Amino acid sequence: MQAVVVNNEPLMEGIYRLTLEGRHGGKAGQFYMLRCWDSFPLLSRPISIHDLSEDSITFLYRVHGGGTELLSKLLPGNSLTLEGPYGNGFPSPQGRTALVGGGMGIAPLLLAAKEMPEADVYLGYSGEAFAESSFRSIRSSGGLTIISGGTILDSLEPHRYDTIMTCGPVPMMEELARRCAGSGASLYVSVEKRMACGIGACNGCAVETPSGIKKACVDGPVFPVEEVNFHDLALL
Amino acid sequence: MTSLCCKVGTLNLRNPIIMASGTFAFGAPYAKLYPLDSLGGISTKGLTVEPRTGNRGTRLIETASGLMNSIGLENPGLSHFLQFELDRMCQYDTAIIVNLGGGSLEEYEKGASMLQQAAATRAAEGKRGIDMVELNISCPNVKQGGMQFGLHTEKAREAVRIVRRITDLPLMIKLSPNAYDLTGMAAMCEEEGADAISLVNTFLAMSVDLKSRRSSFQQTYAGLSGPAIKPIALRMVHQVCRSTSLPVVGMGGITTAQDVLEFIMVGASAVQIGTGNFMNPRTGASLAGEVTQLMKKERIESLEEIRGVI
Ligand SMILES: Cc1cc2nc3c(=O)[nH]c(=O)nc-3n(C[C@H](O)[C@H](O)[C@H](O)COP(=O)(O)OP(=O)(O)OC[C@H]3O[C@@H](n4cnc5c(N)ncnc54)[C@H](O)[C@@H]3O)c2cc1C
Ligand SMILES: Cc1cc2nc3c(=O)[nH]c(=O)nc-3n(C[C@H](O)[C@H](O)[C@H](O)COP(=O)(O)O)c2cc1C
Ligand code: FES
Repeated sequence: MQAVVVNNEPLMEGIYRLTLEGRHGGKAGQFYMLRCWDSFPLLSRPISIHDLSEDSITFLYRVHGGGTELLSKLLPGNSLTLEGPYGNGFPSPQGRTALVGGGMGIAPLLLAAKEMPEADVYLGYSGEAFAESSFRSIRSSGGLTIISGGTILDSLEPHRYDTIMTCGPVPMMEELARRCAGSGASLYVSVEKRMACGIGACNGCAVETPSGIKKACVDGPVFPVEEVNFHDLALL
Repeated sequence: MTSLCCKVGTLNLRNPIIMASGTFAFGAPYAKLYPLDSLGGISTKGLTVEPRTGNRGTRLIETASGLMNSIGLENPGLSHFLQFELDRMCQYDTAIIVNLGGGSLEEYEKGASMLQQAAATRAAEGKRGIDMVELNISCPNVKQGGMQFGLHTEKAREAVRIVRRITDLPLMIKLSPNAYDLTGMAAMCEEEGADAISLVNTFLAMSVDLKSRRSSFQQTYAGLSGPAIKPIALRMVHQVCRSTSLPVVGMGGITTAQDVLEFIMVGASAVQIGTGNFMNPRTGASLAGEVTQLMKKERIESLEEIRGVI
């Protein structure tokens, strides 16, 4: 499916917010496979839905290598190919809920925060914050904690929540898992694996779980913490 | 009217476009994107007698124009396939090719008899069955067997012989481009009574992770596919086509109609598309039409007219 770029704005060095025209499906935690090139690089890039509206879809991404570099060159009016929405997305919130994002992992949490208006949102950045104003505008009356240049985890008391959903660097999610253990909160983590197809056809995105190998692209990217093995996640 | 109908031995195909093993699962993920009746056939993910969990660690690395994979034959096992997947696949009006993998002669033997038995049972029930078996002696990503059979002609012969003895289903042998003597392999397949040959599987390749100072893959080597391998695959298909009278299904980096016609011109009866599905998941929906258009443009009336002209 083709879509036209409305805007592709740098929010800070190497971080872009890409908005495309059209009504696109999906829910928080799901992703699309994007490409704005013909044959090479070979594979499309999995990027989470950052925001959705009646007539647009938004992605938030960091320039990492060749593919995202090409995405960053897109100008309004250019078109790109997207396939999706893929993946399971975040579960519906049960009880008191917190959304915890670290760095680029905040990307899927904006739509999640919209879908779960009661949820408290915690955003942590190793450096300067980005895209935080979007979160402020939907949490104007509280429920939002932002830490730049430190760990967000110290601001969070897991025992105050029934459900915690997180997306961020593996070490952060692993530490969160440690802190959640025995707190009574159920933790869901959004994982990243290299993907060739995004639709469950290539077995490239295998995630080791106690109930066998699962696929990050169709069974995930969101898994209950009991299902993931952080050592396996660290091996991208 | 340009016709794309073709045959691989006794198997009739609507068109020469077959989806390659390991890139199309059992069809279902793509059936959500387009009707699979547009395909000549589907080769299933490589199946083994027992389920396999596949390799740990990194499984995919992109290269310039290519893709390296170290999946390690992760699959749900033949019993699961026969019980749960085959019926669904049979709803697609396209040839069903079952890709059989294995790590030992015993495993190939057991797998072949499971397929033979399933085919017989289905025939008795008046159900559609397995149109062809593609014997994979060329998987580079498993320690035990797999490609070991695909390197040495005499080792491969044992696998082909045992499977041929057990099944009368149309049998295609999938060759490894890493084989020491490719045309010797082809001759062996003919001698052992195979019905067709397919090639190439992936090329043994390597990628280094600078930070960890190790191979990017836990199994050290991985299999390279995609446009990067096309010129070599084309040469190999040409060599094999010239050396055997068996029908040959060619593959390796095919992504466009032009690629398809090139493989037919070097002698392939049909082709398979693997990595191309990842570049565009709808490749199978449009490729046959694009081949027809290109044939019209080049004033080619039928595939026979150009097959093996080089
Ligand atoms: C489900 C999912 C959702 C994601 N959502 C976002 C998002 O919203 N914003 C964002 O900035 N990034 C996101 N990522 C990570 C993003 O996909 C990678 O940063 C991107 O693929 C890198 O491509 P590249 O060509 O720039 O980098 P390169 O390093 O050149 O890429 C080489 C290959 O490795 C793969 N790759 C590299 N890093 C990753 C990674 N972290 N995860 C998966 N594949 C990788 C690439 O897809 C490509 O095939 C997500 C990843 C997944 C799996
Ligand atoms: C992710 C992946 C998985 C594969 N799995 C199998 C397999 O299970 N059995 C098999 O015979 N070939 C397998 N192959 C090889 C392909 O069927 C094909 O032979 C090879 O990729 C070359 O074709 P291509 O360049 O069009 O991809 C796999 C290839 C890829 C990329
Ligand atoms: S990316 Fe292909 S199975 Fe998940």
